[in-house]
Amino acid sequence: MKSLEELAAIRDRMKDKVVLREGNGQIRVVVGMATCGIAAGARPVLNAFVEGVSKENLSDKVTVSQTGCIGVCQFEPVVEVFEAGKEKVTYIKMTPEKAAEVIEKHLKGGNVITEYTIGNAIS
Amino acid sequence: MKELSLNILDIAQNSVKAKASCIEINLDETDSTLSISIKDDGCGMTSEQTANVTDPFFTTRTTRNVGLGVPLLKLAAEQTGGELNISSSVSPENHGTVIEAVFNKNHIDFTPLGDIVSTVTLLIQGAPDTEWKFTHRTGEGVVSLDTAELREVLGDVPLDSYEVVRWMEDYLREGYSDINYNLKQSE
Repeated sequence: MKSLEELAAIRDRMKDKVVLREGNGQIRVVVGMATCGIAAGARPVLNAFVEGVSKENLSDKVTVSQTGCIGVCQFEPVVEVFEAGKEKVTYIKMTPEKAAEVIEKHLKGGNVITEYTIGNAIS
Repeated sequence: MKELSLNILDIAQNSVKAKASCIEINLDETDSTLSISIKDDGCGMTSEQTANVTDPFFTTRTTRNVGLGVPLLKLAAEQTGGELNISSSVSPENHGTVIEAVFNKNHIDFTPLGDIVSTVTLLIQGAPDTEWKFTHRTGEGVVSLDTAELREVLGDVPLDSYEVVRWMEDYLREGYSDINYNLKQSE
């Protein structure tokens, strides 16, 4: 059974990390979580990013957050990637599988997956 | 929406946007009914806003003139013969909003609750500074999570750190399995 003691152990492990993390997070992954996004399947996509970023030990440089309607509801689930000094990347019609790919190739490897971006879908 | 837990994820975001410091999600289940209530101490709505919030063409959104969150929940409740009630006020200050939806579980058009554990953990992950109180009362027992209690143990460690998110998810899933509540049955 999960207990509060276990939570205390997490706290003790995290203490040092918390200090490290502040001021970091050069990459911000933002998932649209308004009615449109949620109805289109944003919840498993967000879950995949939260889980994947931690599994790949990217928590120090990547933060995953949620936002409201981005304004292109027909392309939901929409995920935006903000990186200091670079142009914003907007991924559309995301799935947990595509999320795993974005983590691997883009967040880890630094290569935007153009195929999934909004520019590619429109042109 | 394929699951009521997705409606809950959607509606509770409104409370976050209303800058609530405490949000309570209560699910009360009997053999035949499910009642979902979301209560916040956020900025509240004027009586005009409260009256119009179930209208799909009324929204505070600026990206377009359609707001489907509350109308979809209302539809999901009413199509089972249930109902949706909202009370809200802007005065006295931060009176907050209560939204309650009642469903007849045995109605053929009842939408299953679905993955409520993901909903609760992602809500907390998205607004880790808000106090969340989740309580699900079923015939078999109660599953609950109160972030104030977690914070007491965690101190400065934020609720959105992955290990904590993971702990909350496992904690809730174990809670449901302890009372033999089949989360899958409603998928």
